[in-house]
Amino acid sequence: MSIDKDTVGKIARLARIRVTEEDKEKLSAELTNILTMIEELNAVDTTGVEPMTSVVQVKMHQRDDVVTDGGIPDKILANAPEKAAGFFVVPKVVE
Amino acid sequence: MTNLTHMTIRAALDGLKKKEFTASELVDAHIAASEAARHLNCYITETFDLARDAAKESDARYAKGEALPLDGIPIAMKDLFCTEGVQTTAASKILKGFIPPYESTVSGNMKRDGLISLGKANLDEFAMGSSNTTSAYGHVLNPWKREGDDRDLVPGGSSGGSAAAVAARIAMGATGTDTGGSIRQPAAFCGITGIKPTYGRCSRFGIVAFASSLDQAGPFARTVEDCALLLESMAGYDPKDSTSVNLPVPRYADAIGGSVKGLKVGVPKEYRVEGTNPEILALWDKGAQMLKDAGAEIVEVSLPYTKYALQTYYVIAPAECSSNLARYDGVRFGQRAEGDNLIDTYEKTRAEGFGQEVKRRILIGTYVLSAGYYDAYYNQARRVRKLIWQDFMNAYQQCDVLLTPTAPTPAFAIGENQQDPVTMYLNDVFTIPASMAGVPGLSLPVGLSGDGLPLGLQLLGRPFEEETVFKVAHALEQAAHFTALPQTLQRKAA
Repeated sequence: MSIDKDTVGKIARLARIRVTEEDKEKLSAELTNILTMIEELNAVDTTGVEPMTSVVQVKMHQRDDVVTDGGIPDKILANAPEKAAGFFVVPKVVE
Repeated sequence: MTNLTHMTIRAALDGLKKKEFTASELVDAHIAASEAARHLNCYITETFDLARDAAKESDARYAKGEALPLDGIPIAMKDLFCTEGVQTTAASKILKGFIPPYESTVSGNMKRDGLISLGKANLDEFAMGSSNTTSAYGHVLNPWKREGDDRDLVPGGSSGGSAAAVAARIAMGATGTDTGGSIRQPAAFCGITGIKPTYGRCSRFGIVAFASSLDQAGPFARTVEDCALLLESMAGYDPKDSTSVNLPVPRYADAIGGSVKGLKVGVPKEYRVEGTNPEILALWDKGAQMLKDAGAEIVEVSLPYTKYALQTYYVIAPAECSSNLARYDGVRFGQRAEGDNLIDTYEKTRAEGFGQEVKRRILIGTYVLSAGYYDAYYNQARRVRKLIWQDFMNAYQQCDVLLTPTAPTPAFAIGENQQDPVTMYLNDVFTIPASMAGVPGLSLPVGLSGDGLPLGLQLLGRPFEEETVFKVAHALEQAAHFTALPQTLQRKAA
């Protein structure tokens, strides 16, 4: 199975990464190469095997439903590329 | 005072307690060494002033007899650990200038115990790589060179800066993270010791995430005992990490020196992989003999699904990374590129901010998780992972630890062996299976190649049996008696 340029374009859209036509050419070859390696897994008979989610056999620990954090807007905004009036600022979303 | 940079952590702690030297002298010696070794490019961000201040505080505690467990010991901190107030980049352009407003649990634990960070160590971008040649802040150079050959060699990766710093004696220890081998392989390439503990042993809170079901923090040092001391500091349950396991942390250093008589050391036949350097295969046999001479029993074991570990990893790790790296959108932190609208901003920010290897992995990860392919690739990989894990659990019915090579070759030259991504991925063929199973793995230097480069062997243990791994590793370390120094250090001495 190969990953053609169109597919690269589709995946890049899903991943929100801009790719040029030149990028798509190169990535198509590289990703196909990786996929060919991955496809060797198709040869493994996994009938009856449960997919492994985590190697750690622990029951997810739940904490008490109390507020233990917050009230630090300056820290939260400290690394923002653009901020105003206690908000993160982004380009217009709605026309 | 140059001998201050050639001590073990254990010896330095003794020296500090006996007031043979001060923490300030120890830290200053390492700062001087770091400055002299800047060409290795071990640090993305140096924190020498903070280190000097911390050393003064350490000396004050020693004077009052109130020293912390590892007070005054200078280390390098992989730039994947969020350090409050200190730039954390994950070696990526996209996090240039990012200053975390909080501290990772592991680096916090080490501060609590008095360890002093000299700087944020360089790595492959977002921990993706086996050579430290994908960092946006330049390559790291291995302080080792081939006999009679001046070419720069890679330190291994992703924790290349950490490993090189310890090998070059500019830090006494370092932190790394290991997802598919990123502690063990650079330890082998740099002739030092490193351990990836059991998954869940160390907290992942505050570590820039790559693959959440695989990432694990661990120490580098120049002896097994020093690694044990550092791991004891790093490890521990953390309620802020839901995959952190609530088990007490043993005094790992107490395992050092224990007898290996009667212990069963498994040698897995599937690790005799085509293309492995024959000197490494010979060293593997020699290592088994050394342990046999120390009283251990050598047992041949089989882990039949080993040959699928690489493929399984290259489905699961990219899948998880595509999810973890979705947060880098230029909105709340990190670099942002100008865009006409929000999506345009996302696409340009990420295209400009991520390097090639990172992009490849995000894209493959996105693909294997996409509709129509999720079951064929991602679920199939998770099923095979279960089989790989089962292999280890079965093997551990017949032995207590496994002995394998760490890497298929010694350190290679920058540019060598790097024609395509898949060739690079083969560097991790011996380390990846243990990551898939979550078992602890340690690499230590056992011999030299024909052209003078360090060669490491790997010990893999049962989950949460780091003590057994340390015990066997120490026995092997004693037998191997590896005392070689990197060529660049030898030249300085001459």
